[in-house]
Amino acid sequence: MLKDLFYYLIYPGFLFVAVAGGLLSFFDRKITAWVQFRKGPPLLQPFYDFFKLLLVKETIIPAKGSRITFLLAPVFSLFGATVSSVLIFLPLLGIKTGFTGDVIVIFYLLTIPSLTYIIGALASGNPFASVGASREMKLVVSYELSFLLVLIALIIKSDMSISLYDIINAQQPANAFIGSISGVILFIVAIFCLQAKLGLVPFDMAEAETEITHGSFIEYSGSAYALIKLTKYIMLFTLPAFIIALFMRGINLEGIGILWAILKVLAVVLILTLIRNTNPRVRISQAMRFFFVWMNLLAIIAIVLIFFGY
Amino acid sequence: MDESAGYYCDCFDIFWVLKFKKLGFKEFCFKKSLFLFHFGGASCNNCDIEILDCLTPRYDVERFGMQLVGSVRHADVLLVNGSINKKDKPRLLEIYNQAPKPIIVVAIGACGCTGGIFAEGNTFAGPVDKIIPVDAYIPGCPPKPEAILAGIVKLLSK
Repeated sequence: MLKDLFYYLIYPGFLFVAVAGGLLSFFDRKITAWVQFRKGPPLLQPFYDFFKLLLVKETIIPAKGSRITFLLAPVFSLFGATVSSVLIFLPLLGIKTGFTGDVIVIFYLLTIPSLTYIIGALASGNPFASVGASREMKLVVSYELSFLLVLIALIIKSDMSISLYDIINAQQPANAFIGSISGVILFIVAIFCLQAKLGLVPFDMAEAETEITHGSFIEYSGSAYALIKLTKYIMLFTLPAFIIALFMRGINLEGIGILWAILKVLAVVLILTLIRNTNPRVRISQAMRFFFVWMNLLAIIAIVLIFFGY
Repeated sequence: MDESAGYYCDCFDIFWVLKFKKLGFKEFCFKKSLFLFHFGGASCNNCDIEILDCLTPRYDVERFGMQLVGSVRHADVLLVNGSINKKDKPRLLEIYNQAPKPIIVVAIGACGCTGGIFAEGNTFAGPVDKIIPVDAYIPGCPPKPEAILAGIVKLLSK
């Protein structure tokens, strides 16, 4: 019991993921600054932002909104992100083997932050927030099918094992999944799904600052917004770690393996950041067509290739 | 630039311990991470462009931890420029009341500080400090980006 609490709150859970996610958020902003020939923020900037919002700023509750739902939505989003990160990191760091079928549980838990953003935005009673919530809903509908197809393809590729630990271990003796043709195709699909899940630029129409002024999060201020920021940091670490577990045979924490683990995480975040910095925001109809037609097509081609053994 | 300005320009926060001891945790975090919200009154757009200039690679206020936000609910600093006329006044008051409360108001440009050439116009509703409390004035028509940065740094090392 005490051990489970430790897992949940300290080591692979909340504290570790929050600190690492904050540092990754700094990495993301620094790379963005370098791409634009700027100097960029200091190292601890994400933590300054978080503590300022949590401790200093006033939390305003909109007069026409639903008070309890509005304030509970960020708490639940943080809860969902933390639980999914625990379930991903326990098998990934080799602490526990997880249970059969935990990939499916992780898939559902990873949608909780998006769902709570939608609920919180609709509870705020702001018209811009409801526009943002409707866009987020359409985005969830479009990318979840592609993400599920990627998971199905990987389950087929690892001889029908539906636990994350078995999927990591199926890659150990031979090459990693990313070394095959179908693996590369699935990796491309998964990276675009991550981009949409994290709400980064080609798919950030739900919180477009310039047209609907932060959309879903427009009414959040103070500590409620701090929790949303923290959820974003955690997701920025959890989702690349999930991709590493699925495609790059996980990580190994012995000796030089730590360096490789850090480099793998940084490489995946670097790809996300570069896509974010070199693309304009697309319309919601373009995003839906992109996922429904092209990404699903690629995922199905990869599944067919897996059946032929590539 | 004085000595304390040097602390804020330092990208890697070598002096952060000193600052931290002097200010306390909450104040330190607040000063290291300011989100800017831009309110343009009846401006001639010159000050708007100079404010946007501060965000460009040449001046880059993100190295002080500042970023421009779209919603006033996230803002820590309200940048007000342009002359405030009778139509703008209720809007400025509403924006100020909507902001979460430790908020710094900065009046930018001659029109924001005093009214400038519009001070005797018949639709003019007073300079910004007659409507809401102002923490810093940055005069100029328009002020240079260097002047805006120097004003912000002075405000932070107050």
